[in-house]
Amino acid sequence: MMRPLLLLLLLVAGSARAELVIEITQGRDNPTSVAVVPFAWSGWGSAPDDVAGVISDDLERSGQFAPVKLADMLSLPTREADVYFRDWRTTDVEYLMIGRVAGGSSITVEWELFDVFRQTKVLSGRETGPPEDLRMLAHRASDEVYQQLTGIRGAFATRILYVAVTQRFDAPSTYQLTVADADGARSEVIYESNEPILSPTWAPDGKTIAYVSFETSRPAVFMHDLDTGIREQLTDFKGLNGAPSFSPDGNSLALTLSKDGSPDIYVLDLGSRQLRRVTRHYAIDTEPAWMPDGRSLLFTSDRGGRPQIYRVDIATGKTERVTFDGPWNARASLAADGRTMVMVQQKDNQFHIAVQDLQGGRVQTLTSTTLDESPSVAPNGSMLLYATKSGDRGILAAVSVDGGVKFRLPSRDGDVREPAWSPFLGDP
Amino acid sequence: MKHFFDASKALAVIFAVLFMVGCASTDTTEDTSQPDTTEQDQAREEAERDRMEAEKARMQALEDAVAAAGNVVYFDFDKSTLNSATRRVLDAHIALLKENNGSVRLEGHADERGTREYNMALGERRAKAVADYMAVNGIARYRIETVSYGEERPAVAGSNEAAWSKNRRVEIK
Repeated sequence: MMRPLLLLLLLVAGSARAELVIEITQGRDNPTSVAVVPFAWSGWGSAPDDVAGVISDDLERSGQFAPVKLADMLSLPTREADVYFRDWRTTDVEYLMIGRVAGGSSITVEWELFDVFRQTKVLSGRETGPPEDLRMLAHRASDEVYQQLTGIRGAFATRILYVAVTQRFDAPSTYQLTVADADGARSEVIYESNEPILSPTWAPDGKTIAYVSFETSRPAVFMHDLDTGIREQLTDFKGLNGAPSFSPDGNSLALTLSKDGSPDIYVLDLGSRQLRRVTRHYAIDTEPAWMPDGRSLLFTSDRGGRPQIYRVDIATGKTERVTFDGPWNARASLAADGRTMVMVQQKDNQFHIAVQDLQGGRVQTLTSTTLDESPSVAPNGSMLLYATKSGDRGILAAVSVDGGVKFRLPSRDGDVREPAWSPFLGDP
Repeated sequence: MKHFFDASKALAVIFAVLFMVGCASTDTTEDTSQPDTTEQDQAREEAERDRMEAEKARMQALEDAVAAAGNVVYFDFDKSTLNSATRRVLDAHIALLKENNGSVRLEGHADERGTREYNMALGERRAKAVADYMAVNGIARYRIETVSYGEERPAVAGSNEAAWSKNRRVEIK
């Protein structure tokens, strides 16, 4: 009797998941015009996904490209021999991408990218994988095109974690820890609870995650293997157990515990399970974030009266204040370059996402909404995801690290919050 | 504190049964020996009944005071200080806690502004401020449990000061 019931619950959880939709709100001036022609399909039935559409949307979402609409294409070549550059030159298309998808027990995507003005092929590629990963194969093609045309590694073939919440005041609320592709597609609920779930974060392997769950009626840090689904409760200390953050080598987890009185930063060695106390202050110390060298941590502390970002050397405990712009700065997170720090900044009673150059010290406000939080930078450092409010609803939004490009990922229903962008992922 | 009331009721029933059993057995022995002490017994019983009723009324007054004070205390933005109104609410709870052996769970909360983990710490600081006040006023630490929900469990929906002021709170359970 248990099994059909369990299956039913899983189906219900699956159907109730919060699907994200993308709305681009701000792009760059003079984006590069690129035409991604619908790919040819050879295989049984019809193609399971519109590969050209996925690639086109990826490029558009970066804000740096303006994809050509299907209706504006004068011809629809799918092979190099069928390409007539004049069809594209007359409509000022700068780059042309064509391709073919072959289905079967595995699926293959082949594609070519042409420079229309030079009339040359600049790149070609071939991706193979299981049919259910077709969208990921398309994102990988996007990554290669993006890198060829911008010089920056693409981060389209990545995933995001977020928490989808149905808040109720007359009945238990529902919290769904969700993983999806970076474009919000293929969302999957990985853990659901009536008690709060927060602070999801990725290990550098892109397969292990950690988060805080209140399922025991108290906060506890859990580690979760996305491949096997195996969960492990890491902490069960008195008081706060929160803000997990994996070290760059994946061997340790920084976290906040208040077991010794006030909230302090600790580092848990995931091999030996030894706990090391890093900060020691009666104020609130929380939200640790690793520097890329793994030797020091950024964290939020109100030891100066109001929250500001500090940096502590793990070995020596030497601590210095990092933020001086504005009365309230919290939840630092660092781009892979080790110098671009994003954070939540309060100014004039509004909460925005701001970016600070740790070397130059320059601070720039990136967002203009009022309740922005939980910034998470893409592994290539180009964009960051954050949570904000639209009306009464929690939504996810993205902004480029220079503030030039913006898009939103509202959920079709319920609140979504606490996005965490995965590292670069290996082969699925 | 709900659990305690249930437990106390159960205990009261047990004691009442034991008391009746005790009375019944003494009654049978007394019946055969000295009937002239009945008046003294009646006076004693009456005094005992009065004392228990007074005690019951006193407990009822303490419970009424807690009901009137409510189970929630509120805080200013980013603050965990207890004002005089908050202390009055807590004093009512402390007076009742002193009369029983129940435990109390203090759930700290924050409004939605600011970051989630910082708010988790802020909720704990508020719960601890209430716990400290109770401890200073004679409630043993082991009877007090604190837990913070940060901004994860708002009491009221909405992104305005009216809602925020209702969400910056400690719930006494």
